[in-house]
Amino acid sequence: MAKIYYDAADLRKFSSITEWSEELGTKFFDYYGKVFEEGALTAREKSLIALAVAHTEQCPYCIDAYTKDSLQRGVTKEEMMEAVHVGAAIKSGATLVHGVQMMKQVNKLEM
Amino acid sequence: MSKKSLKGRNNNLAKAERQLEILSSGIFANGELPTFAEKIKETHQLPIRPQKLEILQLNLGYMCNQVCAHCHVDAGPDRKEIMTKHTMQQCLEVIQKTNAHTLDLTGGAPEMNPHFRWFVEEATKVGIKDLIVRSNLTIIRANKAYYDLPEFFKKHNVHVVSSMPHWTRGKTDKQRGVGVFDTSIQALKELNAVGYGMPGSRLKLDLVYNPSGAFLPGDQLALETDFKKVLHQDFGINFHHLFAITNLPISRFLEYLIASENYEDYMYALVDAYNPAAVKNVMCTNTLSVSWDGWLYDCDFNQMLNLKVSGKHKHISTYNEEQLQDRNIVINQHCYGCTAGAGSSCQGVVT
Ligand code: SF4
Ligand code: SF4
Repeated sequence: MAKIYYDAADLRKFSSITEWSEELGTKFFDYYGKVFEEGALTAREKSLIALAVAHTEQCPYCIDAYTKDSLQRGVTKEEMMEAVHVGAAIKSGATLVHGVQMMKQVNKLEM
Repeated sequence: MSKKSLKGRNNNLAKAERQLEILSSGIFANGELPTFAEKIKETHQLPIRPQKLEILQLNLGYMCNQVCAHCHVDAGPDRKEIMTKHTMQQCLEVIQKTNAHTLDLTGGAPEMNPHFRWFVEEATKVGIKDLIVRSNLTIIRANKAYYDLPEFFKKHNVHVVSSMPHWTRGKTDKQRGVGVFDTSIQALKELNAVGYGMPGSRLKLDLVYNPSGAFLPGDQLALETDFKKVLHQDFGINFHHLFAITNLPISRFLEYLIASENYEDYMYALVDAYNPAAVKNVMCTNTLSVSWDGWLYDCDFNQMLNLKVSGKHKHISTYNEEQLQDRNIVINQHCYGCTAGAGSSCQGVVT
């Protein structure tokens, strides 16, 4: 049976989203392309940020795309894994910092 | 990594017909992807025609001290095909006749041809502006007979172009074999020591970067900057330019793509990255490739696919420039490798 969810081949069809909404799709891809151009940050730095975010977003398409993009830019495995850890640290930090909220709430509710 | 060529392993892919069969079937036969001819026709660029001949690329033989996983020549120590002195003489006659200003010696390891030095000496006498030797670096350290190559290159003002897949040991050795990185670094230091690649030096040393896997090269200039920074910082090495070259889906790289189940994705990536602006400058428009046995090809890749130039005169012995200038280039789906992104040729990007 054909894969219904997360078929790797679907990534190649990404641009087809434009077919059902030409204007918005085109605007999105223009914007997307512009974001990744060399700017104050190098395209290589942007690729690593994208790789880390791809993981925190847990998007398999983005992970595949930015793993390949990183390799194309000569990024090493070590650099890639460190980027993923940065994403993971922020993700867990963001979870844990809410512990303060929990503590405040407990202190407020308890006698 | 296999220590033998496809041919030495009796692998089916050693045969040009089998490679062409693969490139013409599957996703290209069922209409999923357009053939290269269909694609360039969209922008009225079919057929591809030669412009002025500038570069003559001679393959001095398929013998090599290395057996790189991505090698499009299927070179290796087990390959015995090398150019004879007689064919070299025929090449020299042609070089004198043409207006090509660059002679590009490749292989295999061209230095392993027993007539290599003689040929370089003769070639410098016939008015070539740029004499390139594609040296794999490790050959310089392979055995004593080659230790003096840097001096030899210098004496004849040879332009050295060398492969270096990455500035880290791991990535380099995976593509080219264990120990290749350290030996290459050593060879680069020796070239630097005689003046090659130094800032402002007339002794030109350029590096070639091929991706070590099923992905396309990134931006050539950004890679050059990274290579320069790390090679200088970590090893004190200097070089002039970096050519980023796309791996074409033929020979051992095709074998790798198929075995690693990357073939279809890779072809999609090449077609996706198709850049119509690159077509007018693809290598075959200003280069002619001569095989070890004197046959003429539009490029080194066509040579490996045994696609000889179209027209009556296909051999160096009956070289006819007028006819060659008036030919259509022979193309197939591997040509997508030359038109992806900024385009790719033996001199790097083409746009
Ligand atoms: S890529 Fe170059 S060095 Fe490696 S096997 Fe082929 S010809 Fe030899
Ligand atoms: S593979 Fe050869 S024939 Fe095809 S476009 Fe490239 S240089 Fe030209």
